[in-house]
Amino acid sequence: MNIECPAPRHEDERVLLGHGAGGRLTAELLDTLVLPALEGQPGPLEDAALLPGHPDLVMSTDSFVVSPLFFPGGDIGSLAVHGTVNDLAMRGAQPLALSVALIVEEGLPLSELHSVLRSLGKAARAAGVPVVTGDTKVVGRGAADKIFINTTGVGRLDKALRPSAALARPGDTILLSGPVALHGTAVLSTREGLGFDSEIASDSRPLHRIVRALAPLGPDVHTLRDPTRGGLAAALNEIARDASVALEIEEGAVPVPVPVASACDLLGLDPLTVANEGCLVAFVSPAAALDALAAMRSVPEGADAVRIGEVLPAGPAGRVLLRTLVGARRVLDMPLGEQLPRIC
Amino acid sequence: MRYLDEYRDPALARRLLAELRATATAPWRIMEVCGGQTHTLVRQGIDELLPAGIRMIHGPGCPVCVTPLETLDRAMSIAGRPGVVFTSFGDMLRVPGSSTDLLALRARGADVRVVYTPMDAVRIARESPDREVVFLAVGFETTAPANAMAVLHAARLGLTNFSVLVSHVLVPPAMTALLDDPDCEVQAFLAAGHVCAVMGWEEYEPIAARHRVPIVVTGFEPLDLLEGILMAVRQLETGRHEVENQYARAVRRSGNTEARKAIYEVFRVGDRPWRGIGPLPDSGLELTDAYARFDAARRFDVGDLRPTEDPACIAGAVLTGARLPTDCTAYGTRCTPRHPLGAPMVSTEGTCAAFHAAGRTADLQDTP
Repeated sequence: MNIECPAPRHEDERVLLGHGAGGRLTAELLDTLVLPALEGQPGPLEDAALLPGHPDLVMSTDSFVVSPLFFPGGDIGSLAVHGTVNDLAMRGAQPLALSVALIVEEGLPLSELHSVLRSLGKAARAAGVPVVTGDTKVVGRGAADKIFINTTGVGRLDKALRPSAALARPGDTILLSGPVALHGTAVLSTREGLGFDSEIASDSRPLHRIVRALAPLGPDVHTLRDPTRGGLAAALNEIARDASVALEIEEGAVPVPVPVASACDLLGLDPLTVANEGCLVAFVSPAAALDALAAMRSVPEGADAVRIGEVLPAGPAGRVLLRTLVGARRVLDMPLGEQLPRIC
Repeated sequence: MRYLDEYRDPALARRLLAELRATATAPWRIMEVCGGQTHTLVRQGIDELLPAGIRMIHGPGCPVCVTPLETLDRAMSIAGRPGVVFTSFGDMLRVPGSSTDLLALRARGADVRVVYTPMDAVRIARESPDREVVFLAVGFETTAPANAMAVLHAARLGLTNFSVLVSHVLVPPAMTALLDDPDCEVQAFLAAGHVCAVMGWEEYEPIAARHRVPIVVTGFEPLDLLEGILMAVRQLETGRHEVENQYARAVRRSGNTEARKAIYEVFRVGDRPWRGIGPLPDSGLELTDAYARFDAARRFDVGDLRPTEDPACIAGAVLTGARLPTDCTAYGTRCTPRHPLGAPMVSTEGTCAAFHAAGRTADLQDTP
C-alpha cells in the first residue's frame, strides 16, 4: 500500500453534523467548499464584515437551530438577538438594526411561537436594536425542527475600534470576560435530560456594552472574539492562525463554574471546547491590559473578566499552548467536530 | 463541591513531584491500565513532569480501542437496516469499522442515536414498539452493571424489541496476558479506580503475588495519579509487590456487591478477542442463556463479516505499551482524529488521540 493513499473517507461524501460544530470540520468545509464556490476573499473570516463603500458599517448574519427551544438561561428567540449583536460587537460595532427570518415547522403550537418571538422582541429592546424587517416561512412537518431563526444585523463601528482576528500581536494580553462552557452544558443537559440543569444556566447575553466600555482604549484593542461553537479552544486557535502568532493561556486562570466542570467531567467534555453565548476574549496591548480589564469589569456582563494568558513573543505561528493545572505545558488543539460524550 | 481544588492543586502537585524525585533511585516503568488515566496524564502533561527515568506505559484500558473490528462491522450492518434504532455512547460513533463509521451511517439516513445511559435505549424501545432498538454494550467492568440493569429492566418490561450488542471486556485477564508476555516491560500497575469501585481489588492480589508486581488502585484526578505513581515507586524501591489503594474515597476491597450481583445475573465470563491484542481467555462478558433473547448478535443475521484492519496501524503495539503513538508512520499524517485508522485515535481516552490532542510529536516525546 502506498503511504499516500487516502484512508477510507466515506464520511466526506455527505455533510456530517460535525461540519456545523465550529471546529476543524467546519473550517475544512469553509475552506474547501463554501469559500471557493462563492469566490470569497482570502484572509481571516471575521464575525462580521465591513460593508463595501460604507467604511463605518458592518454586517453579520447567523442562523439559530438550537434544540430545545427553551433552556435554562435563555431560548432561541433571545439567542438569535444576542448571537448577531455579539458578532457585530466583535468587529467593534454597536448594533443599528436587525432583520429576523423565521422558518417554522408545521404543527408548532402558536403559544410556543409567541413565547419565542416575545423573548426575541424583549432581547432586541434590551440591546437597544430595532427589528426593522423580517420574513416568515412555514415548512411541512419534519422539514424543520420546530423553528429555525435567522437574524442579520447591521452595526456602526465605534470610532477608534478596528479589532480583527489578524491583529493579535506578540506580547498582547489575553482577557476573558466571564466563565466558559455555560451555554453548551446548559443546552446539552436540557436536551438530553441529564438532570444538572437546575445548577447550570446559559450565559446567553449581548456583549456590545463591554465593547463600548473598551472603545476609549481604541487601537490598543487588537482582537475581539466571542467563543461560541467550538468554545474557547476554537476561538483561540482561529486567532492564532489568522494573526500568525503563538499563544499561551493558563488553564487555572480560565473560570469554569464548578457545576459546569463537574458536568463536563461526567460527560468527558473539555470545557474549553464547549460553546458559549455570553463571553468574549480580548487581545489588548500589554500597556492597556489593566485599563481594559477595568473597563470590562465596569459593565455587568464583564464583571468577572480575568486575564487568562498572553501572545508569546515568539513561537510557531498558529499554536495555542495551555499551561496545565499542574504546571506542565501542552498544545490546546482545535476541536474536531461534534462533541461526543465519552463512554465512562 | 471541593474536589477540583483538592485534587488539582498545583502546590500539592509540586510537593508530590518533589517527593517522587527524592524517592526514585532507579528507572521504573509503570503502566496506567485505564484510558481515562492516560487522558489525564497526557492532558495535564503529568508524564512530562515526572522525574527522568520514570516512564509511564499507556495500557489497553480504553473500551473503544479494544472493541473488535468484527463487532464494529456487525454494529454497522445492524445500524444500517431499516426499522432499527441503533444506540451507542458518543465516542463509539466515530470509531472506524472496516469501511465506515456510525456517524457516516447516520448522515446516510440510519437512525443512530447517542445515549448517556443504556436505560435511555430501553426507554426508546418502550416508546417505539414498532422499531428494533439495539444498544452497543461496550466497556470494562465499569459500564457492565448499568448494561446489566438495562437488560434486567427490559426483561421486567417484557420488551421484545430491545437487544444489546455485547462487547464487554475485563481488566485482570488483560493485565495477566501482558505480564505473561516475556517481552513485557511493565514493572508496576496503576489499576483503574472506577473498575475497582465495582469489582474491588481482591482479584488483583494473586496477580501481584504471582508476578511480583506492585498494583496501586488509582483515581483519575491529576493528584490521584501523582500519588498513585509515588505509591508504586515506593513499592518498587523497597521491593514490595502488594495491592494498595490510593482511591480510598471511592473504592472498597470487595467493590460494590449489588453491582457485581447484577453483572453476574445477566452476563457470564467468556473468551473474547481484543482489538489490536487478539483473543484472551476468560476476558469478556457475554449474555447468559437466560438472557440470550436480548443478544443482538443472535437476533440479526449479518452473514459473513470479513473485517480488515489498515496495515499501517500499530494500534495493538500501542495498546500493550510496546510502542508509542509517535512511533507510528501514519500518526498525525494519514491517521488523525479527523481520519482515524485505528481506534486509539478515536476516543478521547485513546492513547493516540490523547497524544494528538496534546500536540505530541516524535521530537517532543524525546524530551525528558
